[in-house]
Amino acid sequence: MDKIADFLAMGGYAAFVWPSFALTFLVVIVLGVTSRRALKQAQARLDLLEQSRPARRPRAGQGRAA
Amino acid sequence: MLTRLANPTRFVRLADRLLPWLIGAMAIAFVVGLVWGLGFAPPDYQQGDTVRIMYVHVPAAWLAMFGYSFMAVASFVALVWKHPLADVAAKAAAPIGAGFCLVALVTGSLWGAPMWGTWWVWDARLTSMLVLFFLYVGYIALWSAIDEPERAAKAAAILALVGAVNVPIVKFSVDWWSTLHQPSSIMRMDGPSVDPTILWPLLINALAFQLYFVVVLLWRMKAELITRRVRALTLGLAAREA
Repeated sequence: MDKIADFLAMGGYAAFVWPSFALTFLVVIVLGVTSRRALKQAQARLDLLEQSRPARRPRAGQGRAA
Repeated sequence: MLTRLANPTRFVRLADRLLPWLIGAMAIAFVVGLVWGLGFAPPDYQQGDTVRIMYVHVPAAWLAMFGYSFMAVASFVALVWKHPLADVAAKAAAPIGAGFCLVALVTGSLWGAPMWGTWWVWDARLTSMLVLFFLYVGYIALWSAIDEPERAAKAAAILALVGAVNVPIVKFSVDWWSTLHQPSSIMRMDGPSVDPTILWPLLINALAFQLYFVVVLLWRMKAELITRRVRALTLGLAAREA
């Protein structure tokens, strides 16, 4: 238990170390999630458009969202 | 290679094949780097545990500079050779670079407060990094201010190239001017001056950040390509109906 408390205390610098990691984590998550969501939405819009027109050979940007 | 990739379909296919591997490698690097940096790397004999901030601060700052350099090179390629993916790549890189520039600034402040006794000083390194952040923001704003993609791409590319002068200023600011910020200790002519117990987790974190950049870049590029295709299709439909 003491070990965990020691770890969390970061030698008395918890107030500086943890917010640094938290902000980094937040930026990583937000950038990743918004970028991915934009990709899915664009793909859905394209799929909808493709359905409403006659089939043609596959063109740019039709790869599935990975 | 670059000419082959000029075909967006081929590019998307290659990206789809690479992405699962990149994501896997990124996840491993993130976990190893974080656990090592937070749990096992030794505290600094002067700075104590605040030195752990370095494991996010330094990779974020590197990525902020790399992101801008990438954007500038891609913009140059877009302007000179009109490579069809170049301005897509530059546009996709900007928000990632801006995000990590912000991380570098804020974590630097959180490190400076206990160690330098101040959150901020207007010295060369910190100021040039803030300018880098504003350049990113300006670049993103310029893209969204001009509706027509071709004109937006050209204007944004010129801004990216003019702003590129700031990148070497950030890098060498610690050598050219006196500053509170420490000089480079990793990318030096005579090799890193940091102990391996600290250097390794730092490099692994840097790798994780770099892989993250590539993964999100590919996602954003794909989204942009699809959006442009949707735009072209919609305009085509509208033209046919008219």
